[in-house]
Amino acid sequence: MKANCYHAKHELRVEEVPDPEILNPRDAIVRITSTAICGSDLHLYNGFVPGMLDGDILGHEFMGEVVETGREVRKLKAGDRIVVPFPISCGNCWYCREGLFSLCDNSNPNASMAEKMWGYSPAGVYGYSHLLGGYAGGQAQYARVPFADVDHIKVPGDLPDEKVLFLSDIFPTGYMAAENCNIKQGDVIAVWGCGPVGQFAIKSAYLLGADRVIAIDRFPERLRMAREKAGAETINYEQLNVLEALDEMTGGRGPDACIDAVGMEAHAPGVYGLYDRVKQAAMLETDRPIALREAILACRKGGTVSVPGVYGGFLDKIPFGAAMNKALTIKTGQTHVQRYMQPLLERIQKGEIDPSFVITHQMPLDEAPEAYRMFRDKQDECIKVVLKAA
Amino acid sequence: MQTTVYDEREFGLEQQRQERLSMQTHGQEESRDGMAKALGWFSIGLGLAELAAPRQVSRFIGVQERPTLLRVLGIREIASGLGILIQGRPTPWLWSRVAGDALDLTLLGFALSSSESDRTRVGVATAAVVGVTALDIISSTRHSANGEPIHVQKVITINRPQEELYRFWRDFQNLPRFMKSLESVHTLGGNRSHWVASGPAGSRIEWEAEMTQDRPNEVIAWRSLEGADVDNWGSVRFRRVPRGTEVHVDISYSPPGGRLGSIAAWFTGKEPGQQVQEDLRRLKQLLEAGEIPTTEGQPAGPSRTAILSSLFRTAERQRR
Repeated sequence: MKANCYHAKHELRVEEVPDPEILNPRDAIVRITSTAICGSDLHLYNGFVPGMLDGDILGHEFMGEVVETGREVRKLKAGDRIVVPFPISCGNCWYCREGLFSLCDNSNPNASMAEKMWGYSPAGVYGYSHLLGGYAGGQAQYARVPFADVDHIKVPGDLPDEKVLFLSDIFPTGYMAAENCNIKQGDVIAVWGCGPVGQFAIKSAYLLGADRVIAIDRFPERLRMAREKAGAETINYEQLNVLEALDEMTGGRGPDACIDAVGMEAHAPGVYGLYDRVKQAAMLETDRPIALREAILACRKGGTVSVPGVYGGFLDKIPFGAAMNKALTIKTGQTHVQRYMQPLLERIQKGEIDPSFVITHQMPLDEAPEAYRMFRDKQDECIKVVLKAA
Repeated sequence: MQTTVYDEREFGLEQQRQERLSMQTHGQEESRDGMAKALGWFSIGLGLAELAAPRQVSRFIGVQERPTLLRVLGIREIASGLGILIQGRPTPWLWSRVAGDALDLTLLGFALSSSESDRTRVGVATAAVVGVTALDIISSTRHSANGEPIHVQKVITINRPQEELYRFWRDFQNLPRFMKSLESVHTLGGNRSHWVASGPAGSRIEWEAEMTQDRPNEVIAWRSLEGADVDNWGSVRFRRVPRGTEVHVDISYSPPGGRLGSIAAWFTGKEPGQQVQEDLRRLKQLLEAGEIPTTEGQPAGPSRTAILSSLFRTAERQRR
């Protein structure tokens, strides 16, 4: 089969590799119809995630048709059309039983590596470094899905791929980010980053009853999408001081909750942004937490900072004094996707949301390396790329 | 009844500790016998002489005067001596003396063939060093063979009932399913069983064991019988908690090849604590998820840094 393989920082190639096979009784093999590039894949592409190996197959947002099932798979059969959640979860450990699927105890074969870094290991993730299991990813024609009975949602026949593909990650991720804000009537939510997760966070905040959502970015097309498709007010951080603008827009109170949908590779204009770029390049910090710092400073007293953005290691100059003295709640984590797939599918079916609004580009799998470049450089107003594997 | 206060005595940890102490042949601190102590002091004495009066020592053993070399050798002697006398575990330091002897003998060999040496004196010195080397080897191997047993204590919480975990473990033939270095366990009737494990460098280790304790759903303990390739003993305790069952494992063994064997094992990536931890993780995966997760056999793209990548992937497999 063909697969998009990582070789080195900024070096990807679509190559012929062996087809995946059933390795464990609970596995299924899926023939992939649609697969997407996630913003977090750019962290791999840019070399900021440790534990990537030459030859690793990328991709954790994918869907397709079941072609084979292991002997312990009960709920799936060949021909079923499914979307696969990005965390790999056994469904039986205490975390899975509590609905904390991205914290599954049993799915990371390299748990001891993750434990050295983080104390305890989260779930394995497709195509997202050997620290998270080293599983082959879904930017390919076929993928092996472990624990397939737990890790899927069946797609009703009439829904096109574009409407349901993002149940694999970014729609639930934006939704959980908003849910973590514990939104009450009258709340104003600020969202840093108008990439696809930011867009879904805005939409979800409204679905959950927010009064107003203010979105922050610097790319005009992303700010436009946030305004026109997701209904947010917007701040371009290259033109306005974010903290002052938010203060003014919230009548001097500050947003009730702040969502950092940017993560470890944030940008900032001027010296401030340069500071973190230099430190990160010199390996004095692993992440550039500019959005997170602003979110903590901007948040109202007693408010919530919700962090769906991906961080990997050690963050510098986090204003924890502000967090403590303002009595903030900080909520974060990889998304417990399995928990959200069914309710969000129902919202799609009812027409409350059509997730395909974020798609700007559709390309064949063969052009994955070019698509990564475009997405990274925001060329051609690129916001979300869907790759067609067939 | 659930106790919120963690009571060690009730749980039997203290008893377990006592049992372990009574079963082992040596205390936690390795003992130093008289010969080791003498060798330690000898090292320090010789080292001080080489350091303070290198020229006189050179003349005494009949070699060309090389004060710097002698001083370096002296420092090496003193380090070995201090290590033997002061460190909690003298064995590696005793072996460092053997290595030092080899070095000394090599240098003396050069001196013997050199025209500038007094061959008679060098010959006497060489004979003396050969004698000391013999003592060093005897002392080192004695300490290694008696080498303190290795103890590993690990715990994991498994989201399954205590009874199920006990039943699974009690059937010893299940153990190789999650203990990586075990090849097979066969029950022999009564309390006895025959165990086969893979040892360092592809060796095979076998022993017969007997169960020394069996309290249903609570504790199973075992120990190897006379004639084992590796003396070992261990226990597993199951404790019901609100999150499932805590499995406390305590395994002890005298490392094959003594201390050197365990150092070698450490170098080859099989540090015993990590090994037991990974074994327990596999037990949890097997009983909770029904299978042990793997990526072995999945596709990957061609790799230019093939050697590095395959090294990493091999290390990854070993660590699991």
